[in-house]
Amino acid sequence: MSEGNQESAHRTIERVARESYGRLVAYLSSHTRDVASAEDALSNALLAALTAWPRDGLPQNPEAWLLTTARHSLIDLIRHQQVALASEPTLLLLREGATEAPMSVNFPDERLKLLFVCAHPAIDPAMHTPLMLQTVLGLDAVRIAHAFLVSPTTMGQRLVRAKTKIRDGGIRFEVPQERELPQRLDAVLESIYAAFGIGWDDMAGVDQRGRDLAEEAIWLARVLAELMPNEAEVQGLLALMLHCEARRQARRAPDGRFVPLSEQEPQKWSFPLIEEAERHLAEASRRGRAGRFQLEAAIQSVHAERARSGRTEWPAIMLFYAQLVRISPTLGSRTGYAAGVGEASGPEAGLAVLDGIDPDDVSTYQPYWAVRAHLLQRLGKASEAGDAFERAIGLAEDPAVRRFLLQRRG
Amino acid sequence: MQFALLIFESPEAFAARNNNDETDAYLGAWRAYHKALVEAGVYIGGNPLQSPESGTTVRIKEGRRRVQDGPFADTKEQLGGFTILELPSLDAALDWAARCPAASIGAVEVRPVSAEYLRRVTG
Repeated sequence: MSEGNQESAHRTIERVARESYGRLVAYLSSHTRDVASAEDALSNALLAALTAWPRDGLPQNPEAWLLTTARHSLIDLIRHQQVALASEPTLLLLREGATEAPMSVNFPDERLKLLFVCAHPAIDPAMHTPLMLQTVLGLDAVRIAHAFLVSPTTMGQRLVRAKTKIRDGGIRFEVPQERELPQRLDAVLESIYAAFGIGWDDMAGVDQRGRDLAEEAIWLARVLAELMPNEAEVQGLLALMLHCEARRQARRAPDGRFVPLSEQEPQKWSFPLIEEAERHLAEASRRGRAGRFQLEAAIQSVHAERARSGRTEWPAIMLFYAQLVRISPTLGSRTGYAAGVGEASGPEAGLAVLDGIDPDDVSTYQPYWAVRAHLLQRLGKASEAGDAFERAIGLAEDPAVRRFLLQRRG
Repeated sequence: MQFALLIFESPEAFAARNNNDETDAYLGAWRAYHKALVEAGVYIGGNPLQSPESGTTVRIKEGRRRVQDGPFADTKEQLGGFTILELPSLDAALDWAARCPAASIGAVEVRPVSAEYLRRVTG
């Protein structure tokens, strides 16, 4: 076999693994609820492909080939483990599938159910995002551990525990009923956004690891938007992340300096991403149900307007934040509201909003101190501003942000 | 429970301490970090250490004192200090380690303090 063939086989395996991983795992585990075995079976199939494809040439339908091979492997795995769940009907179903001619295999997309399983209330909320990244996107535990600042062993153990819970805990592979859908969907959206947030905080634009995770999150949101085209908040989340992603290049000066949003040059923003974000936001507003992610996307949309108008409509931002605080009074939304008020109505009014937040809640919340420092500095209260800057600097993780704040403090 | 953050720093970071520049960004970051630890109520104690060259390592071999000039291990990044924190979990300790100014130019090792062994030692 020539090297060229081998290379193209490897590339195809990588591409199919990337595009089909979640679809295959979701489908393979939807009957058994055994995600770990489905993943094992799929990695066996991918391994087999590494030998077979360069030798025999690429199969006509690589995804179907992987599915058939994974099914055989899954049957073996289940037989060996003699798992209680491997009931006769399940095995029968798997076997039926395994004997079908690979070319004709056309299997349903069960990723939506898998997403809901990953963010099920019975699973530790801290594990929702890692589970999604692993089962739907195929990220390995080491990379996930890295992003979540825990040791790979710990992350590996937590993932195993969560998958055991899925298998044995009676969690059903289904899209929730209408009645509980909003709450359950919210958990899914939160988990996707958490992945994006980690990618985002991780020194955007410089750290490849961080950028990757943000891209994975956008990928997940696109999958979800495709599967649930009528959910306004799904569109809202996608719009929010695309708006942020559009500014990635502008967040750092060529020398690595941090550039705050208000000082970014709009011509460095990605206009195709902004346009795409706006399309999803418009789509969301046609559904007529406002929600947290749509409001956050709307705030980013106002910022993006500066590219055309040359100025920031702070009163609009303030109003969107006020609505956001009403439906989701988190530290983040309240701090954002204070910043909006500070720009729209003056620093004193902004500080008054900050003073309404319990000091115990913000002892480790960096953005609060950064906004506070900025508002105090604008009021000319140098010594108080210095204290707040100190706290913001001490709580910053990103060295570029730290340097920026040190400079601002003067 | 208590955690030790062991701060590992490069020769450059050690050298920067000697320039006595009160506006040094690294020093400024450390001051702010220390203040954030104290204000969050998690700081128990800690100290910076002098440069690795100032270290002297002692072993008793065959009943005799063997004294070596310099640090125990000869690595590029050397122990530059330690901080002891009182925190509810390893996750919280890792969050604080990530905020440590040394984390972006050196490394910060997080180790739980062994309360159990301390009890056996102190009786």
